[in-house]
Amino acid sequence: MAPMKLYGEMTWNVMRCVVALEEAGVEYEIVPINLGTGEHKSPDHLNRNLVKPFGQVPALQDGGLYLWESRAISKYACRKNKKELLKEGNLKESAMVDVWLEVEAHQYSSALNPILFEYLIRPKLGGTCNLKVVEQNLEKLKKVLEVYEARLTKCKYLAGDFISLADLNHVSATLFLFATPHASVLDAYPHVKA
Amino acid sequence: MGIKVYGPAASTNVARVLVCLEEVGAEYELVPVDMPSGEHKRPEHLARNPFGQVPAFQDGDMMLSESRAIAKYILRKGGSQLLRECNLSESAIVDVWLEVEAAQFSSAMSPIIFQCFVIPIVMGGKPDMKVVEENLEKLKKALEVYEARLSKFKYLAGEFVSLADISHFPTAHYLLGSPHASAIDAYPHVKAWIADIMARPSVKKVRELMKMASA
Repeated sequence: MAPMKLYGEMTWNVMRCVVALEEAGVEYEIVPINLGTGEHKSPDHLNRNLVKPFGQVPALQDGGLYLWESRAISKYACRKNKKELLKEGNLKESAMVDVWLEVEAHQYSSALNPILFEYLIRPKLGGTCNLKVVEQNLEKLKKVLEVYEARLTKCKYLAGDFISLADLNHVSATLFLFATPHASVLDAYPHVKA
Repeated sequence: MGIKVYGPAASTNVARVLVCLEEVGAEYELVPVDMPSGEHKRPEHLARNPFGQVPAFQDGDMMLSESRAIAKYILRKGGSQLLRECNLSESAIVDVWLEVEAAQFSSAMSPIIFQCFVIPIVMGGKPDMKVVEENLEKLKKALEVYEARLSKFKYLAGEFVSLADISHFPTAHYLLGSPHASAIDAYPHVKAWIADIMARPSVKKVRELMKMASA
């Protein structure tokens, strides 16, 4: 079977897929796409069978199947190779995995991404970090972390006492948080930090 | 079954859950949550949804939040074909377009809905047209991609209807009811696709509930 191809540069969205692919033990190769030169918006990339019509990365190719959206790609990798990370087949457990997958997208990442963007991407685009945006989102993030702390005080992992894709999907953005001056925001939340 | 959904039907996220319940023909009780008075931030509701949002969902002793997770649970339990989980490729494409719905379509529509509906009706204020314009531009870029997709396929995930399509209906409902409904006229396949989804009996029923709730 030919290895899957993951197109992208090392942003946290691409890394989200890498974590899932690694955990699921899938054979894959990374095909770098240079965001700086706008390669992701080139007709070639956009044309990959409507692979990435929004011109973003990552994109995944598995045989004749083309996918995009990091969370859809991560799910596909798990479903194909390591279903226990999704607990599909168990109605209650899969529901809990799904809830925390959504929370990661809509609560955690929606607060964290603007912070990462200001520190890590804005300079590359030739701008300066907007501290007001960072402050606002740090406040949102802290409120979210309070909920996570409460959850992780009760359960070892987000969906319960088993590790799942919900936990893994947080890894990439969190690692990038450590590259910003605000890694210490996690110190107030011992269970989250652990 | 003992299913309870907490939140106003007029909320797009609540409506998303209700339509799935209607699709599988489940019995449920809709419990109102008075958001203008801040009920959703009080301890009783926070116990159901720790982020103080709607919907919250209860089935027996299980509490769930996040409309798309609840939707999947309902469809799985009801044995619906709207997720295609029996087929690896098909379910992956459904997932892709569900992500697109959240990240591209709804993310542009939410500020528009807030400005055009929540601010005037609930808060008695005036919409900020700059915010509306910015997000209409984002929406149009997304609609171009949808138009290309729906020119090739009847539905987003392929030739079969899925949760990815139906998940759009609550925000589409508000778009059609806003002063900007004509934005979709430039995208004939999108327009036809929306009409198709709106014709589903489950969708019609929930739209009625949404209208009653915002009256």
